[in-house]
Amino acid sequence: MHDLDDADRRLLRQLQASEDATVSDLAERSGMSAGTATRRLDRLERAGVIEGYQARINYRALGYEIEVSLRVTLDKTATNAFDAFIAAARDIPEIDEIQTFLGRVDVRLNVLARDMAHYQEIYRARILNLPHIADIEALMLVANVKNSESLPL
Amino acid sequence: MIALDDIDRRLLRALSEDARQTAGALGRRFGLSQPATWRRIKRLEEAGVLRGRRVRLNKEALGFGVTVFLGVKLATKGRVSLDDFERAVTAIPEVQLVQHVLGLYDYRLRVVARDLPDFERVLRRRIMTLPGVGDVEANVLLSEERRPGPLGA
Repeated sequence: MHDLDDADRRLLRQLQASEDATVSDLAERSGMSAGTATRRLDRLERAGVIEGYQARINYRALGYEIEVSLRVTLDKTATNAFDAFIAAARDIPEIDEIQTFLGRVDVRLNVLARDMAHYQEIYRARILNLPHIADIEALMLVANVKNSESLPL
Repeated sequence: MIALDDIDRRLLRALSEDARQTAGALGRRFGLSQPATWRRIKRLEEAGVLRGRRVRLNKEALGFGVTVFLGVKLATKGRVSLDDFERAVTAIPEVQLVQHVLGLYDYRLRVVARDLPDFERVLRRRIMTLPGVGDVEANVLLSEERRPGPLGA
């Protein structure tokens, strides 16, 4: 585990909270000089604490109105159920997240679709053909109330 | 709705992997001039397709060893209880994601914690005491894979 001091913590908090801030904005909000902020950010990146920066893509603006969380239970009597299921799910472009769990749910797929007709087509033609499915439950997204992905530092 | 061509899609994919690439570097990769690349990125931003960038932190390196997804059912419904619940749940720092959903549950939450005892503390003291909270189902995240989504399709 990487040890952070208070200044690192302030800097990372600001970095998580602001999507487009420049280094000098971050430095000012964290109460340090821009040079110090740059050196600390570099060090955190070399230490592997900061893994990278990714652009956020808003699929709604591209006409994808429907987002469904499919919670899948697999037939574990098949020895390679997880691997075979996940490998096949990777071939469906409308799936943007694949997660595995310990609990009542084995795998969760996040599916993006343009509208209900498109969703139904993906569900029937692609999802239901995935191997080793024992059960599927769907949760349809109504709204993201909070989506920060921030760590409580 | 904005129409994308192949180059737009490749730009979006590249930026969703690494948002720090400059217009010059991206242009060289896709055979465009720096100003032409910049204009395309600007257009994607103005259409709301590109919505800022997000830092990716290594949660294990920062001591967050456990991620749990919760399905929450409210015990009492009605406008007031939804508002109260949402206000209280979004204020919990360990809760990274709050989604209002349709289906078996009313809300999906993503919660980070240092370890299982820390998660238990968050669950008992903060989640189970939320106004209106009813049934809660927990699934511990084992692995997670983000895919580029329907951009390539």
